[in-house]
Amino acid sequence: MSKSQDFMAWIDARFPLTKMWEEHLSKYYAPKNFNFWYFFGSLALLVLVIQIVTGIFLTMNYKPDAALAFGSVEYIMRDVYGGWIIRYMHSTGASAFFIVVYLHMFRGLMYGSFKQPRELVWIFGMLIYLALMAEAFMGYLLPWGQMSYWGAQVIVNLFGAIPVIGEDLSIWIRGDYVISDATLNRFFAFHVIAVPLVLLALVVAHIIALHEVGSNNPDGVEIKKNKGPDGVPLDGIPFHPYYTVKDIVGVVVFLMFFAAVMFFYPEMGGYFLEHANFVPADPLKTPEHIAPVWYFTPFYTMLRAVPDPFLGVIAMGAGVVILFFLPWLDKNPIKSWRYRSALHKINLIFFAAVFIYLGYLGVNPPEPVLAEMGLRFSEVYFLFFFVLWFHSKPRSVGAAIGSLVVLIGLYSIYDIVRLNEANQSLVMTSWLIPSVYLAFMLLGTFTNLNQEKPVPERVTS
Amino acid sequence: MKKIITAFLLGFVPVLALASGGGVKLDKADIDLHDQDSLRRGAKLFVNYCLSCHSAAYMRYNRMGQDLGLTDAQVKENLMFAAEKVGETMTIAMPADDAKRWFGTKVPDLSVVARARGADWLYSYLRGFHLDSSRPWGVNNTVFKDVGMPHVLWELEGLKKPVYEVRKNHEGEEEKHIVGFETVQPGKLSSAEYDLAVRDLVNFMVYMGEPAKLVRYKIGVWVLLYLVILFVVAYALKKEYWKDVH
Repeated sequence: MSKSQDFMAWIDARFPLTKMWEEHLSKYYAPKNFNFWYFFGSLALLVLVIQIVTGIFLTMNYKPDAALAFGSVEYIMRDVYGGWIIRYMHSTGASAFFIVVYLHMFRGLMYGSFKQPRELVWIFGMLIYLALMAEAFMGYLLPWGQMSYWGAQVIVNLFGAIPVIGEDLSIWIRGDYVISDATLNRFFAFHVIAVPLVLLALVVAHIIALHEVGSNNPDGVEIKKNKGPDGVPLDGIPFHPYYTVKDIVGVVVFLMFFAAVMFFYPEMGGYFLEHANFVPADPLKTPEHIAPVWYFTPFYTMLRAVPDPFLGVIAMGAGVVILFFLPWLDKNPIKSWRYRSALHKINLIFFAAVFIYLGYLGVNPPEPVLAEMGLRFSEVYFLFFFVLWFHSKPRSVGAAIGSLVVLIGLYSIYDIVRLNEANQSLVMTSWLIPSVYLAFMLLGTFTNLNQEKPVPERVTS
Repeated sequence: MKKIITAFLLGFVPVLALASGGGVKLDKADIDLHDQDSLRRGAKLFVNYCLSCHSAAYMRYNRMGQDLGLTDAQVKENLMFAAEKVGETMTIAMPADDAKRWFGTKVPDLSVVARARGADWLYSYLRGFHLDSSRPWGVNNTVFKDVGMPHVLWELEGLKKPVYEVRKNHEGEEEKHIVGFETVQPGKLSSAEYDLAVRDLVNFMVYMGEPAKLVRYKIGVWVLLYLVILFVVAYALKKEYWKDVH
């Protein structure tokens, strides 16, 4: 045995290094037909590393103190060597994280990656998404600009809408009656240590769960069902070196976009770094228009769509929580949309468009017509999940018409309650949005659009 | 249906006026950060006219000197009136409480004002002062209505009074609109010269808002070039490894 083999044997007798290397990389067999959409998992990991490393360097120079925070960020931008690069990497990374994660999640929707046996992979992923939202929200307070301050004020006040305990709860979260130095200190603690720890643990759980069941693929075919005599899946290739070298290509392309934003458009027209956040936090001066950062705006629109604050919070929360139940809503045995019906494809693409549109609405002030759109497309957002469930198996005409009548009836009751002279034409025309969507998706199941295709035995290349 | 289509379209228009544009039409500042002479003239205007009431507490004199191609001695002689050492930041002696009493509001620090307001806003604002006897300092502003700031640059621009036109709004009420200006007292500069001076000043303020901007684009180009080369290598590596996958 050579010296290095000796050394490895010494390690392996004490720590399962070779075993882990093989289990997770050199003998982890991934389907050979991954496409473009499969880059975003490794890219999410890359962004996580970028955020942690740049975060460490920012922490060395940042001051979590209401009197010093804003200035310390400016010192990082001016006096710290390379400080502006580190800071722009971190601020661009925050938005990049959500872009990557949203694409990663949509991949899951397209190819049914959340379905049996990968329910826990999905659940862990959703928990990562929740932790990420908390991380981003608390991190956004730290520059202590006007949007940091008032955005946090608005979000923490949401807890105040909860009956009975709400008021005390929001004071407990802030540690004060308004957002203040105490809030900044605790958000800093959560942002730099508590949430990142949770995030890392969840990422490990996500990957362990994935490697236990194996990766899905664009065909939604289980490669473990077709194994060669050596026990290796016929359509599988070792993650390392095949996907490591492939992911490097993805990483380089991603970094091109990342660098383009960082060096040329770090504010991204006010979406990644809001203009008003270059004004120091002022508890006595409310900005004209408080908009959360873009990645929260779809849910912010749902919040604003409901007039009652508490019910609005419920709607917003439900918008996130309902995603957890995806594996039990879409029970269609066909995983990939390649072999699902055209109707299902239309449904998914429309859902993605609705989500983006809800995001657009959330950055705009809620003028009457836009607010109405917010309500209607929030309705579509939730109806989507019913449609997913409905498309799980063949349904009778009676079931389709029955659910159509009941669901349309539900929101129509609310429409009748809020109808007045001023809004009647708007309410009645916009009523068509969820209604046409639902009718098309439910009644469409009795047309050619609902034709599913046979799933192949093996993956197509 | 029309409403819905309009709503759709409206929804897709990104919010351009995230800062407080307030619906006022802004003139293009058209600045050039590579124009070092313009930056120097702007710096001179800034320290002479702005830096007595406004601070720029995150900007250091010597950093400005380095970026504008000036020696410490030149900075000291020409641009430093309120500080002792070139390593200091641009602070002011005016007590904040007094300022609040005199101007009715806190006097904002201008270090990053260009990033909050935008160059076009500053350019329009600094050219938007006009006589208005109802205001404590005798001037109002077209971009920032009822602003607490006096027209500090009046000796350069001179003083102008607005020409109003009465129009009916869509509810039939009469509204006064400013359609033009009439010079009451000429300043040291002509109107065109004043515009250029304000452009220099705004140019400097944009630089001051983010000194890294002077190098950011240059570094960015090199980073992207590096990544393009890296892509070629990475892609070739992938091709080589994947030869046997069918």
